[in-house]
Amino acid sequence: MSTTYLPKGLAAPTAAPDGLSQPFWDGTRQGKLMIQKCRGCGAHQWGPEWICHRCHSFDLDWAEVKGRGRIYSYEKPHHPVHPALVGHGPYIIVLVELDGVNVRMLGNLLGDPAQTVELGAEVEAVFEPHDDADPPYTLVQWKRV
Amino acid sequence: MAERTLRGTVAIVGIGETTYYRHGKSPDSEFKLALQAIVRACEDAGISPHDVDGFASYGGDRSDGPRLAAALGVKALRFSNMFWGGGGGGVCGAVGNAGAAVATGMADCVIAFRSLAQGQYARYGRGAPVATVGGEQSFTVPYGLMSPAQMFAMKVTRFMATHGINDSALRAISLACYHHAQNNPNAVMKGRPLTPEGYDASRWIIEPHFHLYDCCQENDGAAAVVVVPADRARDYKNTPAYLLACGQGGDHRSAAPVHNMPDYPGSHFKALAPRMYDMAKLSPAEIDIVQCYENFTGGVLMSLVEHGLVKAEEANEVLTPENLKAPLGSMPLNTSGGNLAECYMHGLELVIEAVRQIRGTAINQSKKRDTAIVIGGPMVTPVSSLILGSEASL
Repeated sequence: MSTTYLPKGLAAPTAAPDGLSQPFWDGTRQGKLMIQKCRGCGAHQWGPEWICHRCHSFDLDWAEVKGRGRIYSYEKPHHPVHPALVGHGPYIIVLVELDGVNVRMLGNLLGDPAQTVELGAEVEAVFEPHDDADPPYTLVQWKRV
Repeated sequence: MAERTLRGTVAIVGIGETTYYRHGKSPDSEFKLALQAIVRACEDAGISPHDVDGFASYGGDRSDGPRLAAALGVKALRFSNMFWGGGGGGVCGAVGNAGAAVATGMADCVIAFRSLAQGQYARYGRGAPVATVGGEQSFTVPYGLMSPAQMFAMKVTRFMATHGINDSALRAISLACYHHAQNNPNAVMKGRPLTPEGYDASRWIIEPHFHLYDCCQENDGAAAVVVVPADRARDYKNTPAYLLACGQGGDHRSAAPVHNMPDYPGSHFKALAPRMYDMAKLSPAEIDIVQCYENFTGGVLMSLVEHGLVKAEEANEVLTPENLKAPLGSMPLNTSGGNLAECYMHGLELVIEAVRQIRGTAINQSKKRDTAIVIGGPMVTPVSSLILGSEASL
């Protein structure tokens, strides 16, 4: 039984219905952070899209990136908007600027929800498996370095 | 080639609103609310609904144009238009689209409207209880990021931190809206005044900048305006408010997925605002009245900055309750109470209030009333804004 930052009961992420993000979700199951990389111009792109917005190549590859970055912004929701979060209390969401690839990723900031969050603080990715979910999946979370 | 512009080509000659209700409290169905607002707007203009020939709306309004045309006995439907995007980003765009149809001769008398009974359908501020999510939602919902407030809070966090803006600026916006609502008999928050202490003591919806009173209501109601050619505008019952400009859209890749828009801490008006002022042949300093959509007060702050109405570095000094209150404030804001305290009518109540100000019939009337800006749906994309003017402004 795995432990998770937020309570069970939130919707499970899937690559359905168009399959566009399947390599990302396959990657997290293996502990790899995969994002799109254009074979045309070499730029990284996130979130996934069918075309490179820079050079308009449809030839988009997936590349493993290092799960390191800095907190670009954050929020601490208190008011629950989903039944699974009622009574849970505040939690932290961070927007992380990845080092070296010019993309931002979302996640929860692990640790005490009462902690002070500093913009620019260094974080690293933590893979959070939800093995008993249907279908099983693994989230990318973040912790202070 | 002739100048391409909407400036002075069309006017709003009728306004109509239903009673505004708390969500779930409307005794009437959403479609009936739409009909009531449209009939009242036609009465205000002094025309028969039979003579309407077009409808423009936004936010995925469920009361579609063809059904309205049939129910009202419209003689001929010439324009039936929906502005893409959720929320109130399309409020001014719908009015602008109605204006474009009239200005170009596609139609003669177009209703721009919004009908919304959240109590009868899904509420905006609740996550849907589904088993799986795909696409963009697969990268947000599992982290507890699903409501509009949660989608936009981090833009505000970054903007406030970057510019050193205090929560007192957000509080001033909320206090001004609640102040104006106290005189407005149709304001849902009439009789529920807000004090600075009440704001400060209100619970967090989201730290660090979204108190309860920074967030809009969720309501039931409908509102509509009648748009006609400017050269016929004086033939109607009430003083016309002329459309001086409309801008709509978003900045470069403002809809980039998973919070990757290049200009993250913003409300998405940077590209459209200068072009709109050019069309209006006005500068921000020449705007008398400001109606700015409050989904959240942080969005109002960023919108005012992007429209050149406040400088970010002066926001702490300029955004005070005194400056934002009619009639004496330097920049009367949301003079009927707005989305926070009148009704979350997806901003169409702000367009109607701008018309009342131009007419000189507003409850909290501004002394200067020749030009009014309406700003719609900050932080969503696409967004839209418009500028209305009196005959003297033409």
